[in-house]
Amino acid sequence: MTTREPAPAARTSPEDPRPGPLEARGITFGYDGRTVGSDLDLTVPDGAFTVIVGPNACGKSTLLRALSRLLAPSAGSVLLDGRDIASYPSKQVARRLGLLPQTSLAPDGISVMDLVARGRFPYQSALRQWSRDDADAVHAAMEATGTLGLSARLVDELSGGQRQRVWVAMVLAQQTGLLLLDEPTTFLDVAHQIDLLELFRDLNRRHDRTIVAVLHDLNHAARYADHVVAMRGGAIVAQGPPREVFTEETVEHVFDLPCRVIDDPVSGTPLVIPLGRSSTEDTAVAVPEAWATVDR
Amino acid sequence: MTAARTLRRESSELSGYAAAVVRTRGGRLSRRVHVRSAVVCAVLGAICLVLGVVALGLGEVQLSAADVVRALLTETSPLVETLVVEWRLPRVLLALLCGAALGAGGAIFQSLTRNPLGSPDVIGFDAGAYTGAVMAIVAGGTLAYVVPGALVGGILTALTVYLLAYRRGVQGFRLIVVGIAVTAVLGSLNTYLIVEAELWRAQMAAIWGAGSLNGLDWSDVRVVAVALAVIVGPLMWFGSRLRVMEMGDDAATALGVRVERDRLALIVLGVSLTSVVTAVAGPIVFVSLCAPQIAKRVTRTAGVALVPAAFMGATLLLVCDVVALHAFAPTILPVGLLTVVLGGCYLVWLLVSQARKEIA
Repeated sequence: MTTREPAPAARTSPEDPRPGPLEARGITFGYDGRTVGSDLDLTVPDGAFTVIVGPNACGKSTLLRALSRLLAPSAGSVLLDGRDIASYPSKQVARRLGLLPQTSLAPDGISVMDLVARGRFPYQSALRQWSRDDADAVHAAMEATGTLGLSARLVDELSGGQRQRVWVAMVLAQQTGLLLLDEPTTFLDVAHQIDLLELFRDLNRRHDRTIVAVLHDLNHAARYADHVVAMRGGAIVAQGPPREVFTEETVEHVFDLPCRVIDDPVSGTPLVIPLGRSSTEDTAVAVPEAWATVDR
Repeated sequence: MTAARTLRRESSELSGYAAAVVRTRGGRLSRRVHVRSAVVCAVLGAICLVLGVVALGLGEVQLSAADVVRALLTETSPLVETLVVEWRLPRVLLALLCGAALGAGGAIFQSLTRNPLGSPDVIGFDAGAYTGAVMAIVAGGTLAYVVPGALVGGILTALTVYLLAYRRGVQGFRLIVVGIAVTAVLGSLNTYLIVEAELWRAQMAAIWGAGSLNGLDWSDVRVVAVALAVIVGPLMWFGSRLRVMEMGDDAATALGVRVERDRLALIVLGVSLTSVVTAVAGPIVFVSLCAPQIAKRVTRTAGVALVPAAFMGATLLLVCDVVALHAFAPTILPVGLLTVVLGGCYLVWLLVSQARKEIA
């Protein structure tokens, strides 16, 4: 990891946002009759890097599944370019909206090139299996993710960071204007997390992709997002530019976590510093006496 | 179409992708071919052809390859013609067709379950077909009832396993575990039915249950050929989705596959392939288990592929049938017996080598 120049301050979302390419209108969603969120509205700002944050089980991944038609809402609708996403043929949606799921399986013995090529499925048919466009798109996706050099390697042999880049390349090969990423950085070390986030920012700014990502790290969200959506208990409790969402009050409300918010000395974006529950009460953590004798 | 076909290898430009692309000049039609798979299929096809000619010459009346070819292509003596075309050819064709169907059926299930054990015989289909056949024999007593009985039994079992495994969609592993459980239950039912049946019925059931191409003729070839001709179109259509479905339901849905619908369609196709063979020849197990895996290792494809599995299945069954027919002449073994022995050895090897890999 090389040292980076200070990143430019995150763009603020436009004063009057253009109508979003992807919208949720009054959706109620969940699994097997268990409702995760109800009557939720969300407009994904066009051309922005949106990050959804929230505590575990707040429904952020479920919301992303609903937005990407992996999960049909039990009420309300998700609109893609103003039309109900369920009314499109599935392949047509796949040419407009790409999703990096939390878990994907690489068939054993598959090469990087072959996996990325599978992202071209929405453009292929039984008669037209591999066009010049397919080859170009795969090449471009691998170039953008820096995976061209890996193309002959087997996916099983790659490191976690490389593998995640390959999956991103697979989604990019879909050539969609919209990218939905479900916890793309979760299993990576911090250097690879930053690498990947820089890649997403690059895709957003230079390649004009609208991105929605679920992230756990608030400071990553603050640094890279144009628009932050904070969820709690299946509802959106705050949204807006990072500076508006990442305030001490909001973070404490969303995560039940007292914190200080200062300016990130590198990027100038908000930096959330957790206080820990005990430090607010001015008492030391109460350690049960028995622990003192435990041989650590 | 006037546009000349141009063959270009793009693997030089995009390494790691051992595929050639055949495409019309305008690019309206294009077909991607995995080079190694194409070579393997060609070699297997040649083996089948040579072995087929040899098989047609073998028997009480030995014929040279030249005699066989003459009998097939031109006029020869009526005796040779009857021997080769009427008696021996149907058997060779059935071995090829049934083997291909079993191989492709196995490939579908192994791909859907992402598991080398996910083949129709392991997940209960054959046991169900056997139950249906035994019930038909016990109730009816003539072979005419056996074919529909086996069909109904196999399909009902497949449906039962699918429904029992269904929970927010069907996962491969659950399908296998439920299938093994259902197989065990059906196994004891089959034993009970045979123990309770009169001796001649029990014997009939045992003969059918061994799985054999003995006594089959051109009418059976027609049944299998017509069924396969009907299945092959949808199979090619849905088969292309297997590649994407192997990456997990979420990724496949995101890429535009309607996973649950397509999976059901593929299960129906896989069960149809297996049930046609089982209805005609009885349960010939393990071909659908072995063929896709052997093909995968030889072609080095990622995941199992349909077409090489079909070629491998055809080759395996033809080899097994030739051995079953001639190795212990004049005793004719049921080919199903031989595939069980072969497949059993393969299964032991697979389990042992996988267990080693997991420990290592």
